[in-house]
Amino acid sequence: MLSYRLVMRLFLLLCLAALLAFPVVANKFYLQLFSKIMILAIFAMSLDLLVGFTGLISLGHAAFFGLGAYMLLLLSPEYSAASLWLSLPAALGAAAVAALAIGLLVLRSSGVYFIMVTLAFSQMFFYYVTGSRQFGGSDGAYIYLKPTATLAGWAPFQFSNNLHFYYFVLVLMVGTYVLLQAVIDSPFGHTIRGIKANEHRMRSLGFSTFRYKLVAFVIAGTLAGLAGYLDAAQFGFVTPDLFGWRESGIVLMMVILGGMGTLHGPILGAFTLVLLQDFLADQTRHWLLPMGVFIVLAVLWLPHGLSGMVDRWVFMRRIQEARRA
Amino acid sequence: MSDRVIFFLIQVLNGVQYGLLLFLVASGLTLIFGVMRIINLAHGSFYMLGAYLAFSFAERTGSLWLAILIAVPLMVVIGLALEGLLFRFLYVRDHLYQVLLTYGLILSLEEVRSIFFGDDVHGVRVPDLLNFSVKLTPTLSYPVYRLFMSAVCIAVGAGLYLFINHTRVGMSVRAGALNREMVQSLGIDIAVIYRLVFALGVALAAFAGMIAAPVASVFPGMGNQILIISFVVVVIGGIGSVKGAFIGSLLIGLADTFGQVFARQIAGMTLYMLMVLVLLWRPAGLFGRTS
Repeated sequence: MLSYRLVMRLFLLLCLAALLAFPVVANKFYLQLFSKIMILAIFAMSLDLLVGFTGLISLGHAAFFGLGAYMLLLLSPEYSAASLWLSLPAALGAAAVAALAIGLLVLRSSGVYFIMVTLAFSQMFFYYVTGSRQFGGSDGAYIYLKPTATLAGWAPFQFSNNLHFYYFVLVLMVGTYVLLQAVIDSPFGHTIRGIKANEHRMRSLGFSTFRYKLVAFVIAGTLAGLAGYLDAAQFGFVTPDLFGWRESGIVLMMVILGGMGTLHGPILGAFTLVLLQDFLADQTRHWLLPMGVFIVLAVLWLPHGLSGMVDRWVFMRRIQEARRA
Repeated sequence: MSDRVIFFLIQVLNGVQYGLLLFLVASGLTLIFGVMRIINLAHGSFYMLGAYLAFSFAERTGSLWLAILIAVPLMVVIGLALEGLLFRFLYVRDHLYQVLLTYGLILSLEEVRSIFFGDDVHGVRVPDLLNFSVKLTPTLSYPVYRLFMSAVCIAVGAGLYLFINHTRVGMSVRAGALNREMVQSLGIDIAVIYRLVFALGVALAAFAGMIAAPVASVFPGMGNQILIISFVVVVIGGIGSVKGAFIGSLLIGLADTFGQVFARQIAGMTLYMLMVLVLLWRPAGLFGRTS
């Protein structure tokens, strides 16, 4: 009998193989759609580090997503393309610094205050960008030329090539997964999970929990910035809505729908939610209504997400097997 | 008095009026949190629905008063239905799920609004009875309807204060916020109290939307705008504190109004900066209890 963990690993590898082979069968539309989903999966995984592993429910994670996107706009010269190798690190750096500054303030609060204060901070960015002429105001702005990956005259890949972009995003998604898995398995990861389970106890054990939460907040913010940068690079367009509460809400839903506290959960959630949205939008102009109803029902009936449902099923099977033995 | 002083006074009046309106929305939000421990993102949607219902009924009946008279009970019924169908299951759940469920509810209600009323911006006429201004100087005047709004909000606020602090039911509400089990074991049906508080919160938010309709017009997304500002109010005042919501509302109303007038560049951000300052000073808000 194969262990559950091994089956899960094999299943994930199978999914990865399917994603690698996907461009063979996909047309341009689905290639772009899947690239978009994988970008959102990076965003959702970053939020899961806070919600699922540290126990911090942020309703303002889009602040860093939007920041990453707007950094690309800021760093793109009007008539030429930005360099990937300069603009990406700059965008990540900006997201990290913002996460550090905001984290220092918001982590003083907890519970409902944390939810509301993170929301308020992302709104602050939203209003700033909406009101500023430099960033295109409420209409948003175009990034006319996508960043180039040219390094010393040699270009390993093209952003404007859908296939290249697809694989670039896939590599980054897998990279994010591996990085976060390493973070979670490290002593640091054990500490933040301890904070989620019982912060008082961790503090009385001598851990300076504030610092651990701050580091988690900065890692999550930086990765959200990465996702935002990619989003802007894919569509060449940014709007203040990238900072909005709707973006924060939908990514939180991805985490919960897929199953928080696992890294494959947010990926699963991103795929499910975006494909569902795509399907519903084809059916009706009023697709937000069935979407909203779906979210409400999922919260009522699937408290542990889709992957939690599978876990539960496996658990019940085991009990049955044990009874038979 | 010089025109400049009068202009300043008008801004103060506007700020207070906006603050009092915010109080109607924020007090429901903070009560629902204080008593049931529910964080309700859909609270702004009740404000939006109230405004749209008032607009729709006022078009049909020709009278805003009649529209309010029909729409408030209707909103109470909608509130009770939502409580029975959805919110009832949230009382014992983690805040995370409350956030998500009410987020889904916002999307649904916004789309319901779009199906029934369309996506246009509508104006609602100020009732004839109050459609005039008082002259303050030869060049500056102030619309009476705004004064009337402030008066109504003060009356509702006073009623709320009397209800919570000086009636038997209000006493049960306060007790329910402090210790749910104790209240139950004393023979008070806490489920009824919860239903009552929820319906009260919905009615307050919807009523705010209705009386604001002639001044602020009726538009898609109006609910989310007021929700997030109400959040700021509640955070500043201390979550669960009605007194805090009152002080917070006035602070935010004045800060927003003066921000719009004197610092247009950063107008949208003044509220949030105020919130950050208050939280740096008191992390649980002005009247919040630290756990």
